[in-house]
Amino acid sequence: MATVTAGEIRAATHEGLPRQQVVAFVIMVGALVAAPFFFYPVFLMKVLCFALFACAFNLLIGYVGLLSFGHAAYFGMGSYVAAHAAKVWGLPTELAILAGTAVAGVLGVVFGWLAIKRQGIYFAMITLALAQMVFFFSLQAPFTGGEDGIQSVPRGHLFGVIDLRSDLAMYFFVLAIFLMGFLFIYRVIHSPFGQVLKAIRENEARATSLGYRPDHYKLTAFVLSATLAGLAGATKAIVFQLASLTDVHWSMSGEVVLMTLVGGLGTVFGPVVGALTIVTMQNYLASFGAWVTVIQGVIFIVCVMAFRRGVIGEIANVLKKPL
Amino acid sequence: MFRKMLLASALALAIAAPASAQSPVRVKFGVLSDMSGIYADATGQGSVIAAQMAIEDFQASQKGIQAEVVGADHQNRPDVGSNVVRQWFDRENVDVVLDTPTSSVALAVSEVTRERNKVFLNSGAASSDLTGSACSPNTIHWTYDTWALANGTGGALVAEGGDTWFFLTADYAFGHALERDTSNFVTSKGGRVIGAVRTPFPSSDFSSFLLQAQASRAKVIGLANAGGDTINSIKQAGEFGITQGGQRLAGLLVFDTDIHSLGLRTAQGLVLTAPFYWDRDDATRAFAARYEQRHPRRLKPTYVHAGVYSSVMHYLKALEKTRSAADGAKMVAEMKAMPTDDPLFGKGEVRQDGRKIHPMYLYQVKTPAESRGAWDYNKLLRTIPAAEAFRPLRDGGCSLVRS
Amino acid sequence: MMTFTIFGVSSVALFGQLLLGLINGAFYAMLSLGLAVIFGMLNIINFTHGAQYMMGAFVAWMLLDYLGIGYWPALVLAPVIVGITGVIIERTMLHRLYKLDHLYGLLLTFGLALTIQGLLRNQYGASGLPYAIPDELRGGTNLGFMFLPNYRGWVVVASLVVCLTTWFVIERTKLGAYLRAATENPTLVQAMGINVPRMITLTYGTGVGLAGLAGVLAAPIYSVNPNMGADLIIVVFAVVVIGGMGSILGSIVTGFGLGVVEGLTKVFYPEASATVIFVIMVIVLLTKPAGLFGRNA
Repeated sequence: MATVTAGEIRAATHEGLPRQQVVAFVIMVGALVAAPFFFYPVFLMKVLCFALFACAFNLLIGYVGLLSFGHAAYFGMGSYVAAHAAKVWGLPTELAILAGTAVAGVLGVVFGWLAIKRQGIYFAMITLALAQMVFFFSLQAPFTGGEDGIQSVPRGHLFGVIDLRSDLAMYFFVLAIFLMGFLFIYRVIHSPFGQVLKAIRENEARATSLGYRPDHYKLTAFVLSATLAGLAGATKAIVFQLASLTDVHWSMSGEVVLMTLVGGLGTVFGPVVGALTIVTMQNYLASFGAWVTVIQGVIFIVCVMAFRRGVIGEIANVLKKPL
Repeated sequence: MFRKMLLASALALAIAAPASAQSPVRVKFGVLSDMSGIYADATGQGSVIAAQMAIEDFQASQKGIQAEVVGADHQNRPDVGSNVVRQWFDRENVDVVLDTPTSSVALAVSEVTRERNKVFLNSGAASSDLTGSACSPNTIHWTYDTWALANGTGGALVAEGGDTWFFLTADYAFGHALERDTSNFVTSKGGRVIGAVRTPFPSSDFSSFLLQAQASRAKVIGLANAGGDTINSIKQAGEFGITQGGQRLAGLLVFDTDIHSLGLRTAQGLVLTAPFYWDRDDATRAFAARYEQRHPRRLKPTYVHAGVYSSVMHYLKALEKTRSAADGAKMVAEMKAMPTDDPLFGKGEVRQDGRKIHPMYLYQVKTPAESRGAWDYNKLLRTIPAAEAFRPLRDGGCSLVRS
Repeated sequence: MMTFTIFGVSSVALFGQLLLGLINGAFYAMLSLGLAVIFGMLNIINFTHGAQYMMGAFVAWMLLDYLGIGYWPALVLAPVIVGITGVIIERTMLHRLYKLDHLYGLLLTFGLALTIQGLLRNQYGASGLPYAIPDELRGGTNLGFMFLPNYRGWVVVASLVVCLTTWFVIERTKLGAYLRAATENPTLVQAMGINVPRMITLTYGTGVGLAGLAGVLAAPIYSVNPNMGADLIIVVFAVVVIGGMGSILGSIVTGFGLGVVEGLTKVFYPEASATVIFVIMVIVLLTKPAGLFGRNA
C-alpha cells in the first residue's frame, strides 16, 4: 500500500519530488499502517487528528508567515457541528464530518476576511479575539451542551456498510482522512499557488509589485487552513464521540502552536512529529498531574532557546535537505 | 527438618484457609481526578490515598484479593477523562474508576464505563443526573449530589427564616442546575427568589455581582458555583460586609479545603451542607489523623476523600463474595444488594438508581473565636436524616427504577 | 442625590458599578502598563506577565507565612523579588531573542508561564491560600450610593499613583528619554556611553515588578492560587492591543476605561462580561489598526 501511495503522489505532482521526502513519506505511511497492531488505536487516532490540525495550522504559519492564535475556533466548531449532525440530525458519519468541515470553512472565510487586513502581532490578536467570541458562543448556544459538551456521539457506519465502532476500522478511516489532508496540503505548498504564498511570506511588497494580490492569496490559504482544522476537529469528535469546550478554548490554539513548533515550522513532516510528541507526552504523563504543565513549559523553553527549527527542522538542517 | 516443618505448616494453612489457596482475585482501581486544577485539593491525590487506605483497612491481601491503585489527571476536561478511562479499560485492565470530580467528565466516564461493562464509583462529581436521566447499571454515585446540597442548604435556611434569596450563578450547566434545584426548595418551603445573576465562568471579580446582591436586600445570597469562583465570591463578600449587613451567605458546594484556603476570618458564618466532616466523631477523627499523616501537604480529608474510602470498602466486600471483578454490572448489582456499613458514613444502602444513601449535615463555619485550632472549622446546625437527604427514587427519572 | 433609572437599573446602583469598574480597571491598568513598557523597550510580548502577577501575590503570602512579614513591607519587597527573578530571566534567556521574530519571545514566555504555574501548583495546590486585608484598611465607607470597602479605595489610589509615576518617568525625565531613544536606535545610544543592555534588563525587571505589585494588591481580595493570572493575561493583552502596543498612556487610560466598560456589562449582560473586551478589540483593530493611542501602524 505504501509504495502505491508514494507512486500516486509522484504522478499527482508531475514533477521530480525530493527523494528524501518520498522516503520519509513511505516510512510514515508504513509506520501508520502497522502502528495499530502494536499500539492502542484510540491513542493513534488522537495523534492523527492533531497531526492534521497541526499540518493545517502549519500551512498558515509555515508557508504564509501568519501566526493565528485562534485556530481552536475552527477545530472546535468543526467538532461541535459534526457531533451535532451525527447525534441529533442522525446524519451518516461521513456527511457529519463534511458538515463540520464546511462550517469551519465558512467561519474561516468570515474571520479570515477580517483578520488578513492586519499584519504580525495584530493579526494574531484579531484571530485570538474572534476565537474568544466563538468560545463565548459555544458556551451560550444551547446546542453545544455547555461544559458537558455533546456526549455519546454515535460513530455510525462508513458509507452505511463498515461498522466504525470497531477501533481498527475507525483507525483506517481516520488514517485515510489524515493522508488525504496531508497530501492535499503537500500539493498546495508545492503548487504555483504555494510558491506565491512563500513569496508573500518573504517579501509582501515585492509579491505585490510582481502583480500578485497578496490579500487574495492570504485569504485562500486562511480558508484552506481553517477548513482542514475543521476536518481534524470533526474527525476527532467522531473518534472520541464527544465535542467539548476544550476544543474551542484558547489553550487549544496554544497547543497547536506548540505542536508545530516542536516538530518544525514550515516543514512538511514537522507538525506530524510535533503532534506525536505532544500527544504521547500528555498521554503517558497524565498520572503526574501538574508536572505535565511543567514539562510542557520546559519543552517550549528548550525549543525556543536551543531547537528553534524543531525536530524535523533540525534533522533537515543536518541533511541539508527540506523535509 | 526445618524446611519440612515449614512445608507442613504451609500446607496446613492452605487447607485451613481455602480462600488464600485459590488464585488471588485481581482488581485494579483507577482514580481519575483533578490532580492539578481547582479541585485538586478537595479530590485529586487525596483520593488515591483514601483508596489505598481502604484496601489496607479491608486487609485485602489477607482475603485473597490483590488490589492495585493507579491515578490520572483529567484536567477537568471530558475529552481527556473519557480518553484516559478508555485506555485504562482497553489496555491496562482497570476494573473500577473512582472519584472523578467535575460533572461533565463524570457523565462522559459513566458512558464509557457502561459501554465496557466496568464499574464507576463516583465520589467527586455533583450532578444528580448521574442517578437520574443519565443513570447506569455500572455507576454508583457515592457521596453527594446537587439535589442533596440544594435540599440541605436551601431547605434549612428557609426554615430558619431566610425566605428571600438572590443567586450568584456560575454561567454553566452545573451552576444552572444548582440554582434550579435550590430555587425549587426555597419556593416549595414558602420562600421567594428575588433575583439571580449569571457570572461568567470562571471569574475572579465578583464585586459587581455582590453589589447587585446587596442591593436586592435578599436575606440569603446563594452561591451556585464551585472551586475558585466560590472562594473568590466568599472572599469578596467579606470585604463588602455582606454578612455584617445582615445577609447570609449560602455556599452550595463548599469543601473543607476551600474554607482552609479562605481562612476563618473570611469564611465565618457561611452555611453549607456536607455528608462528612472530619471532626464529627471518633471514627472520623481517627481516619482523618491517619490520612493527614500520609498526605504530602498534611491536609485533612474532605468528604470526597471519605466517599472514595467508603466506596472502595464496599466494593471489596462485594468482591469478596463474587470473587471476580470481570462483570461490572454484576459487581454493582451485588453492591446494591448488600447494605453498606463503614466507620465514616455509618449504615446505609445503595439504591436501584445507583444513589448511595446516608445522612447529610448542615454546618455553619465557626468564627475565629469559636475555633479551637487548625482545621476546626464547622459547627453542626442540623442533621438531615438519610430518608430525607436525597432525591426520592421516583423523581429522578432513572430508567433502572422499576415502577 | 437625584435618582433615575436606566434600563431598569437605578442611577444609584449604576454609580456603584462604575466605581467598581474603575477599581478593576486599576488592575488592568497596572498590568497592561508593565506589558506596554516591556513591549515598547524590548519588543517582547511578555506572556509570563500573568504568572508574574501571581508570583507577586505568592511572594506576599510566603513573606507573611514563613517570615511573618506583613502587607506593607510586602508591598515593596514582593515586587522587588519578582523584579529580580525577571532580571534573571532576561539575562539568561530573553536577551538572546531580541533579533528574532516576536513569535519566539511570545513562545518562550508562554513556556515560562506554564512552568512557573505548574511548579507552584505542585507545591501549594490549586485551591488557594489565605491572605487577609491589612487591619488598617478593613471595613468600608458608606458613600451614599454604595458601600465602598476601604481596601478597594486604596487599590485605586495606589494604582493611579504608580501608573502616573511610571508615565512621568518615561515621558518626562532624562532616564525616560534615554529609554525611548534606546528603543529607536540602540547603537546610537550605546555610542553615547549609555549601557543599553543593562537599561533593557532593568526595564524588564521594572515591568515585571509592576506585575508583582499588582499581585500583592490583589492578594487580599482575590483567591491567591497558581492559576490566578492565567486567564487574566489574555484580557490584559487585549487591553494593551486596544490601547496601542507600547503606548504607556494608552495602556493606562484603556485599562481604566475597559474596567468601566466591563463593569457596565456586568450589570446589563453579565454573561458577556468576559467577552466584551474582545469584541472591542476586534472593532478597534479593524478601525484603528495601531490601537487607540498607538503612534504608528
